[in-house]
Formats: sequence, structure tokens, C-alpha cells
Amino acid sequence: MSQTTEGPTPQDPAGDDSQTRRDFLTLATVTVGVAGAGLAVWPLVDSMNPAADTLALSSIELDIKPIQPGQRVTVKWRGKPVFIDRRTPERIKKARADDGAKMPDPQADKDRVKKAEWLVLIGICPHLGCVPLGQKSGQPRGEFGGWYCPCHGSHYDFSGRIRKGPSPKNLQVPEYKFLNETTLLIG
Amino acid sequence: MTTINPACRALTLALGALVLGIAFAAATSASEAPKPKAQDWSFQGLFGTFDRAAQQRGFQVYKEVCSGCHSLNQVAYRNLAALGYNEDQIKAIAATVEMQGGPNDEGEMFIRKGKPFDKFKNPFPNENAARAANNGAYPPDLSVITKAKPHGSDYLYALLTNYKEKPPESYWVDNDGKPIPPAKRKWPEGMFYNAAFTGGAIAMVPPLAAEAVAYQDGTKATVAQMAKDVTTFLAWAAEPELEERKSMGRKVILFLLALTALMYALKRKIWADLH
Amino acid sequence: MTAPSEPPQASSTDGKPGIIEQAKDWIDYRMPIFTFMEHELNEYPTPKNLNYWWNFGSLAGIVLVILIVTGIVLAMNYTPHVDHAFDSVERIMRDVNYGWLIRYVHMNGASMFFLVVYIHIFRGLYFGSFKPPRELLWWLGIVILLLMMMTAFMGYVLPWGQMSFWGATVITNLFSAIPWIGDAIVTWLWGGFAVDNPTLQRFYSLHYLLPFVIVGVIFLHLWALHVHGSNNPLGIDRESAKDSIPFHPYYTIKDLFGLGVFLIFFMGIVFFAPNALGEPENYLPANPLQTPAEIVPEWYLLPYYAILRSVPDIAIPFTGIVLMKAKLAGVIAMFGSILILFALPWLDFSPVRSARFRPITKQLFWVFVVVCIVLGKVGANPPNLAVFSGIEGFKYIHLGQIATTYYFAYFLVLMPLLAKFEPTRPLPQSISEPVLRDRDESGE
Repeated sequence: MSQTTEGPTPQDPAGDDSQTRRDFLTLATVTVGVAGAGLAVWPLVDSMNPAADTLALSSIELDIKPIQPGQRVTVKWRGKPVFIDRRTPERIKKARADDGAKMPDPQADKDRVKKAEWLVLIGICPHLGCVPLGQKSGQPRGEFGGWYCPCHGSHYDFSGRIRKGPSPKNLQVPEYKFLNETTLLIG
Repeated sequence: MTTINPACRALTLALGALVLGIAFAAATSASEAPKPKAQDWSFQGLFGTFDRAAQQRGFQVYKEVCSGCHSLNQVAYRNLAALGYNEDQIKAIAATVEMQGGPNDEGEMFIRKGKPFDKFKNPFPNENAARAANNGAYPPDLSVITKAKPHGSDYLYALLTNYKEKPPESYWVDNDGKPIPPAKRKWPEGMFYNAAFTGGAIAMVPPLAAEAVAYQDGTKATVAQMAKDVTTFLAWAAEPELEERKSMGRKVILFLLALTALMYALKRKIWADLH
Repeated sequence: MTAPSEPPQASSTDGKPGIIEQAKDWIDYRMPIFTFMEHELNEYPTPKNLNYWWNFGSLAGIVLVILIVTGIVLAMNYTPHVDHAFDSVERIMRDVNYGWLIRYVHMNGASMFFLVVYIHIFRGLYFGSFKPPRELLWWLGIVILLLMMMTAFMGYVLPWGQMSFWGATVITNLFSAIPWIGDAIVTWLWGGFAVDNPTLQRFYSLHYLLPFVIVGVIFLHLWALHVHGSNNPLGIDRESAKDSIPFHPYYTIKDLFGLGVFLIFFMGIVFFAPNALGEPENYLPANPLQTPAEIVPEWYLLPYYAILRSVPDIAIPFTGIVLMKAKLAGVIAMFGSILILFALPWLDFSPVRSARFRPITKQLFWVFVVVCIVLGKVGANPPNLAVFSGIEGFKYIHLGQIATTYYFAYFLVLMPLLAKFEPTRPLPQSISEPVLRDRDESGE
């Protein structure tokens, strides 16, 4: 459409006025046309975003009543494992005692939980995306008693913070809230 | 100019003829079934939208009457937001059904309450169960039923309102068009007569009777009212995109008209120096 | 392709080439793609008298691009499995962002593609665009039409509705008419003993592949076109430079204006009557145990379907000896109705291309157009249904037989006769001449 600068543009016998009018028309048409083409592309792009049925599953409600103190439960959320740890008072105490310790990604334990008893973590090692061990009893839990990532040897403590190993970050805390005493909404 | 205008006219004429021909061919392809009487629908025309109140009443009719036999497999409870229900209402509606969940950590399936993301619960576990419960007939899924029949909404309304006690005299003719004497007439067992149904004999029990549901908004639940409401609901189920489609369509056409007018002006301008 | 002689001098108003010009020159010296585009798209000399019937070629190309782009996006969400295909299409319609729009554009785009291409073919017929030196161009066009039909047929199977399934069953069964090896071929096409999951999966694969083959053949089609350039409404060769104008801007803007008008029509259908051209039955999931009351293809295949059903057993009169069963004869007639187009350059050997100067040809052409539409109507109706409600004896099968006879007679009998005996009107001296004369007459 950029025919104003190149190509054998025919001479306009009517002179400058007519040429100006033509340039204006060309500009207007090209502008409107390009805008329309741009708008037409949006549905194609947006169709690759999460669909309505996918979004409908983007948050899950969980009944946490059956989880016993000291028990760890894994649930699937947005295609990833989420660790739910109902911590015993000793574990909470240990986690809080370490708040001042030297660690790669310092964070206070109380900033990582909404209720001290319930620790909710995304079960993906921030290093390279493996799932750390420690959810089931009998699995290695690392030197700090939390979780241990077998891929490259990252050790996490009772707050899910990285204490030793290659991971640069703590285990992430997902968006969640307590709908009531026994119902947890993740996402 | 003289070379363009007649050509332009001929083009328009020929295009018109072709389009008519196609429409004609398409329209006559379903010539066998009786054409249902056209009704006035809130969702027809360029500016049509679904009547929210009719949709909600129609959903009630579906839930209390149709859903005993007919599934609505493609629709999820979360979709009811389009009818004007809020999140809590939808949760409550979904929770009224029981779904199979699982397997749990022990590998067992369990029963859980329905959730908004669930699709509408199917009244039968499979087609065979549906047939067994319905005298061998299979109640079709209603998700796209108004799109699956010619003049779908009108047809559905006609079907629901055209049950008769017994077929008219004109029904009793043999293949050659001769009347069958009353002694030889045999009505198929378990079937009902419906004037809107191809062949007349339908396996579906007349689903609607006056006051079959108690409308919460006080609307009188006549058969015609319920038929109209449930058709509106099912038309929405079949084309949930209808309102967005028409509203976007109006903008797109207006835009294209403007763009085409511009291009026509530019075309005239560019070609002017040749004539 | 033009070979470059030396690194071209970049031309800019102030003498210093800009970075974009430099890059263009650098590429062009190594691979003269910009020179090529300049030659073939910009200055490409085109007859100055093309009318709006010449819009439909480029229009067809644009519709194909729309189909490919929407198709690629649909493929991201479609599941080619008999248990999931129908549901995955409904998921596209309901849950995928703008999925309904993309599918309706794709679905109706197929109809639009055929509409535009049919007009393009009729234009070629009317103005004699198949005559020397454009025979190869014409043949490549027929190849494109055949590929389009295969692609559309397989695409229609993908939603796995009732008409998808039964259309596939009927069309694949046609191959069983081939003597001796027919049944083996049908089994091979199906990958089983009926249309089933293997069939769906191979159709999906081929439906994705064939459009790109079409794109390839279109390039050949354009190559052949650009050797001798477009035919024109007068059907006479260009004599001097005065008869031509550069493609750009004259025909770019004319094509774009035509595209605008077409899009209004196309989008009107997509947004306000998206299912008007389709068969409602296809919104019922495929059921191998229950045949629909009537199996009909999409509108663009109806004329061929009518020809298929119109041909009776071929027998020696009064002896009852059947030479060929109706099924095989119908299949041959159906494929013949398209393949016969390959022979057009010899069937119509008149040196006059344009029907404007052939008064009888012109009228018989329009009869032919009407016959094609009538065949479409015949294809849409049961053969034993009466055409007019008052006259029970005249059924669609009879109408179909009359129309089929004309279809073939038009090519095989009328065309050669007209080419030999029809008195033609005098041709103008050149393309510029009638344009000048017109101006004098209208007093401009």
C-alpha cells in the first residue's frame, strides 16, 4: 500500500490539490485498514490464552479437616503439586528460631504463612523445577528437616526456605485463603 | 466509466442470483419435515438478546422436567453466570447434584457434591441405561438441539405444544393415500401423537402439563409459557456466544462499511486519471 | 527471475542510502526478491480494461490465507478421535477465547472459497481464459479445484457429526464401484471395516496437509499467469504499451475495494447467520447405527452429487443387457464432470476468446450457469420427490437427468459446433480502441 514513495505513480492531471486529496485518502485508508487488520488478529492471539474451562479450574477448594498435626498432604493445582503441611508446635518453633540465620533468600517464617499451623507451598524446586522429597514419611527431608530436592541437592527447612544447595529461592507460597476453619481456597 | 458500471451492475445481479440460488438450494434441502410455525423470539434479529427472566424460568423447567431424561453434556454449571446467577447461587445449584470423584489415595472412587466447573450431570450413566429406562428410545442430548434441527427454536416450541389426545382422521391413511377403517387402525404401543413430529408417533411422554413447575417470579406456568421459556434456555445452551456474536458483528460490519467506502473513494481517485 | 548485473545503487533523495535501502540492496544482490516483487506485483503490466469479474482470483487467494490461519488455530484445540472430536469442537465454540468466531470464519470460509472460485471459473469460461496460450494456467486451476474438493470433504468429517460420518461413508463407498479392486481400496481408505477412528485421524492429517499443496499449485498458477499476463473482457491480445497499466496501484486498490465488499458479505454470514449454509444434522454426534433421513453434502458439492445420482444403468436398448451398473457409471460421470474441463481448450477451439463477440455462446453460457444451479437444487432433494407439487410424475431424478445431459452436451456437443459454425461479431482493433470510442459516444 506504500505507493506514495515508490513505483510509477501516475501523473495526476488535476494538479496539487487533487494529489493532496489522494495522499490524504491513501493515508486514511491505510490507517483504517491496518487498524482493522490488527483488531482481526487479536481473536487469534487471545485464543491461545487459557480457555474458560481451564480458568474454571484455576482455583481449588480443599477440606483440611482430616489433616492431622504433623501430616503433610500433596494436592494438584494448576498442573503442579502443592504441599500442605500441618505443622506441630515444635516445627513452628524451629522454623521461627531460624529466622535470623544466614540463608540465600532470607524471609521470616511469619511472612510465609497465614496461620502458623498451616504451611502451604508450591512443590516445585525453584532451582530447575524438580519436585522435592519429604511429603511422605520415610522420604529424605534434608539436613534441616523440611524438604530435600534429589535433583541437585537443595535442602529446605520447616518453613520451606532454602538453606543449603544450589536453589536461589525459597519454595514459593501460592495465593490462598481460608474460607472458614476447615476450608482452604488455593488460587 | 462505461466499461465499469454495466460490469458492476452485472456483477451485483449475478452475485445476487448465485446467493439466492444457494439459499434456495439450502432452504429446500430439508423439504420433507413440516415447517414449524415461526414464533417471536427475544434472541432473533440483528439486535436480539436472550430474555434473562425467560432463561431463568426455562432453566427451572429443564431442571425440574427435562433433566430427568435429557442430558445437557456441553454446558457447565459455571456457564449459568450468563443467566444472571451469582457465584454463590451457582455453587448452590451445582451442590444439589452428586458426582463421582476420585480415585482417592486408596484408589477408590467416591461420591462428592457437584462443583461449578462440572458439566451438567447426565441423568443416565450411558446410552444403554437411557434406552433401558425409556422403552428403547434414546432421549437426545439437548446441548445443541436448537442448532441440530431446521428452524430449531420454532421446532422445539411446536413439538412441546403439539401433543394431541389422538391423531386426526387425516392421519389414518395408508401408503397409497386410502383411508384405513377404524377396525384396522393400530396405534404403536407406548407412543404418543404429536402433530409437529415427523411421522406423528413420538416416544417422549408429554413433558409439560399446566402448573408442572411453580415459577418463583409468579409467572403463570401454562404449557405455552413453559415451552417458550425452556426453548429460550436451550437456545442459549446451544449458542451461548449469540449476544457477543451479534454485538461484535454490528461493529465489524459498520467498520467494514467505512473501510470499503474509503477504499472506493481512493479507487475512484486513483483511476480518475485513466478516464 | 531477473538476474542482477551489479550491486545496484541505492536511490535516496539526499544521495545517502538509508539503512533499510542498504539492507534491501544487500539482499537483492544475493537473491533478487525485491526486484522480483517490483516486477511481478508493482509494475506488472496488466490490461487496462479488466472488470470486476477479475477480482475473484486474488480474492480466492485471500480467502485461502484466512482459512489456513484460522485452521492452524483450530487445530491447536481440536482432538482427532471419535470419542472426543465432537466435544472438542463444542469446547472450541464455548470455552476457547473467540473460538466460536474462529470456527465460524473457518466453516463459512470454506463456503466462501468455493463461491469465489466458482465465480472465477465461470469468468474464465465466459471470457475464454482457457484458450491459447493459457491452457496450462487453466489446468493448474482445475487441479486446485480438485484439491479444494478433497480438502473440504475431509474437513467436513472432522466435527464428527451425523453428516460428517455419513457423508464420509457414502463418498468413500463410491470407490467400491471400481471393478475388482474397489472393495480393497475402500478398506484401505478407511483403515478398517467402516469409517472409524483411523479414518478420522488420516483425514485430519490430510486436511492439514492439502491446503499447503494448494498454496504450491497456486504459485504455479500465478507463474503461468505472469508469463502472458491476464486475459481481458475483450479477449484480444495487448498490442502496445497503451493497452496496459501497472498492477499497482490500479489493481491493488481495485482488488482491495472488492475485498471490502466481499468481507461485508462474508462477515454478515459469520456473525448473523453462521449456520445458514450448513446442515443442522451435523450438530448431532455421529452415530454409526442410525442413518439420517437424507444424506446431503455441503452446497458446493451438490451439483456433482446430483450428477452422481442422475446416471442410470447403462444398457443396450431393448435387450436388457447392462453394460455398466448405475453406481460405476455415476461415479465416472461425476469425476468426468470436472475432468472434462481439462479438454476445454480443444472442445472450444474458436479463436475468439470473449463471449462478448459470440452471441450464441453468450446465451448458452448463461443457460449453463442456470443448469449448474439447478443441479445444486437436485442434489439437495431426494431423487423421488416431485419437483412441482402439482405434477407427481416429474421427479427430481428426471430434472437431474435433463440438467446432467445439458451439462455434458454443453461441453461435448455445443462447444465444438459453436466453435466451427457460430458467426462472431467483429473484434476491436486494440484494447485502447473501444475505450476511446466509448468516450466519444458518452460525450465525456
